[in-house]
Amino acid sequence: MSNNNEFRTCPDTGLLFHRPAELLMKVNAVVAVVFLMFGGIFGLLVGLTRWPAVHLLPADAFYMVLTSHGINVLIFWLIFFEIALLYFTSSTLLRSRLATPRIAWVGFGLMLVGAVMNNLTVLQGRSSVMMTSYVPMAAEPSFYLGLILFAVGALIGCFVFLGTLVIAKEDNTYGDGSLPLVTYGALVACIIAIFTIASGAIILIPTYLWSIGYISKIDPLMYRVIWWAFGHSSQQINVAAHVAVWYAIAGVVFGAKPLSEKVSRAAFLLYILFLQLASVHHILVDPGVGAEWKIFNTSYAMYLAVMASMIHGLTVPGSIEAAQRKRGYNKGIFEWLRKAPWGNPTFSGMFLSLIIFGFVGGISGVVMGTEQINLIIHNTIYVPGHFHATVAAGTTLAFMALTYWLVPILFRRKLMMTGLAKIQPYVFGIGMTGVALFLMGAGTLGVPRRHWDMGFSGTAMAYDFPAAAYTLMGLGGMSVVMSVVGGGIFVLVIVSSIFLGKRLGENEKSATPMIAEPVDNYDGIGIGKISIPGTLVLALVFLAVFVLYYFINWKYLSQTWGLS
Amino acid sequence: MSSLSPPSEKIWWNEPIESVELIWIGLCVVWGLIMTFMMPYWHVVGKQNLSNEAYRVTPTFFQNKTQAMVDKYTVRKETDRDIPVVAPPVGSDVYLIARLWDWWPILELKKGQSYRLHLSSMDWQHGFSLQPVNINTQVLPGYDMVITVTPNKSGDYSIFCNEYCGIGHHRMVGKIYVKD
Repeated sequence: MSNNNEFRTCPDTGLLFHRPAELLMKVNAVVAVVFLMFGGIFGLLVGLTRWPAVHLLPADAFYMVLTSHGINVLIFWLIFFEIALLYFTSSTLLRSRLATPRIAWVGFGLMLVGAVMNNLTVLQGRSSVMMTSYVPMAAEPSFYLGLILFAVGALIGCFVFLGTLVIAKEDNTYGDGSLPLVTYGALVACIIAIFTIASGAIILIPTYLWSIGYISKIDPLMYRVIWWAFGHSSQQINVAAHVAVWYAIAGVVFGAKPLSEKVSRAAFLLYILFLQLASVHHILVDPGVGAEWKIFNTSYAMYLAVMASMIHGLTVPGSIEAAQRKRGYNKGIFEWLRKAPWGNPTFSGMFLSLIIFGFVGGISGVVMGTEQINLIIHNTIYVPGHFHATVAAGTTLAFMALTYWLVPILFRRKLMMTGLAKIQPYVFGIGMTGVALFLMGAGTLGVPRRHWDMGFSGTAMAYDFPAAAYTLMGLGGMSVVMSVVGGGIFVLVIVSSIFLGKRLGENEKSATPMIAEPVDNYDGIGIGKISIPGTLVLALVFLAVFVLYYFINWKYLSQTWGLS
Repeated sequence: MSSLSPPSEKIWWNEPIESVELIWIGLCVVWGLIMTFMMPYWHVVGKQNLSNEAYRVTPTFFQNKTQAMVDKYTVRKETDRDIPVVAPPVGSDVYLIARLWDWWPILELKKGQSYRLHLSSMDWQHGFSLQPVNINTQVLPGYDMVITVTPNKSGDYSIFCNEYCGIGHHRMVGKIYVKD
């Protein structure tokens, strides 16, 4: 360790903060929340336009705002937050100095410049190409350039993280054993991020050169295949990161350790090996790609990655159950869950994130990623329904939950408006579940995504959607409003706490404990030989729903036209 | 030691696995195998599969093919834009153009009969979305995708675009009639 003045020990958690790292975490997290706010406002405008009875924006503004919504929340909010997370899980959890803070600032600067450049370009209205920017539809060159700069910045952040792991090992700051599971999960996210950014560079740099006239043509199918190696993998960064956050919160709130390190770590490893290949499920109804290739990549590859998430889906609540039982809540099947701190937004946010991600986002994702079933779902509004359950209710809610815990520790400010904070995960989580389910319902009736007018006004051959489709889109719109209220409460609570919250001294201990005592072992818990019966029941219910819903969709498919 | 700290056992890979975890992993593997099996199985017994048939084409080539079909088999014209309604012979190659912002021409097919439907775009990417049966595929410029379609019910079907293609995207609607 270099200079001791460069470190402070958190009186509430015993965590050791490297000051230069701490500052970087703060700015990355704050900027992340700002982009979440912009993205959320744009999301509200999108929702109010697709709510048929409101139909707020004109077409050009709608497509512009939709482009901006996607990029701000799916990329800028999440990646800025993840960079903060990488620094926290490396420097702080390993009690090490951060590698090259100056270079980390360069990375931050590039990300910020890129994000602002991209936003300004989109808001000028000539780059409403959606987040996917499928060629040959072209955006302004600065649209791609902004994304490229952002990606380079994020890549720098990844290497600062890896450098910190090397320093920590060298300086022996965390003993001579393995990385903590949470850091291990962050490392998985980082490795996927590097793959993601490389894919992004391979496709976005030529596209930028095409937009300035240097390259004459980009093949649209090649673009889609490589773009999705970037676009889908970027969502796998989120999955790996939010699973790491779930484990972290289980550790913070319950002192839980994994049931077995081997299983949890192997599951993370499956993400690296197989998740990116699952990008293929975006290409399932494209011309020119063979059935064998699609089946191989969506089954062998995707189901091993799906299995990884199903394992985490058992081991995270399983470790919580085990820790709770060890603390005395060992009666019956669900006492551990009933007696969990449902009023603590860190816990409630994390647990809702886990349930909604699994039951809604996970199941729908696997179903629509099935080669033939994709025919009745591709590009319908079912797709946004699915990913609002994974990215918004899953990742975003998990990150929100962690933020409630981090604010007092990182910013040394007391959380304000705790009453609002208490209900926030429920408002946001239930709202997003509504968004997901109603849009999925409308999608099964054929309502298209990225579409300004489901009434097709101004065309001679308009299609009449059944009334149920309009009802579902209306309910979807209402759910959007509820989610945005939830997101708004989050931004309000966090921003006011950071700037106006009561200062906590650097050495002053909070009245309530901020981190649970770790549980040593899980001996003597459970019913009979089953140590975590409650989680097993939840998992079996999940599997039953999964199987049922999967075959219902085959049934739907079998009723449509013959295709061969 | 919680998940925030290094594992308490340095040699953690030798620790036994919790029995519930083993049960669950077993179930996941079986379920994954069933789902993997379903896709090839459906190619054998199912009636809704995409063929692997696709060709590289130029927009002009595809346009000429479509025009030839329209010249030969047009039965009437519809709407104030005089869009041809084409009734091609059963089993023949049927061409459908996707372009900003039309599906062209209108097709008239027979229930229970098969047609080799060719889809390609003249310009940007489009999404073929056939309603109310909810069949959706991607349509790319430079690629001709061939799908053998067999309508199983008579009626009026709509095609709209579900891949965003610019400001007229939501006006891009076409039709297929299926007669008994």
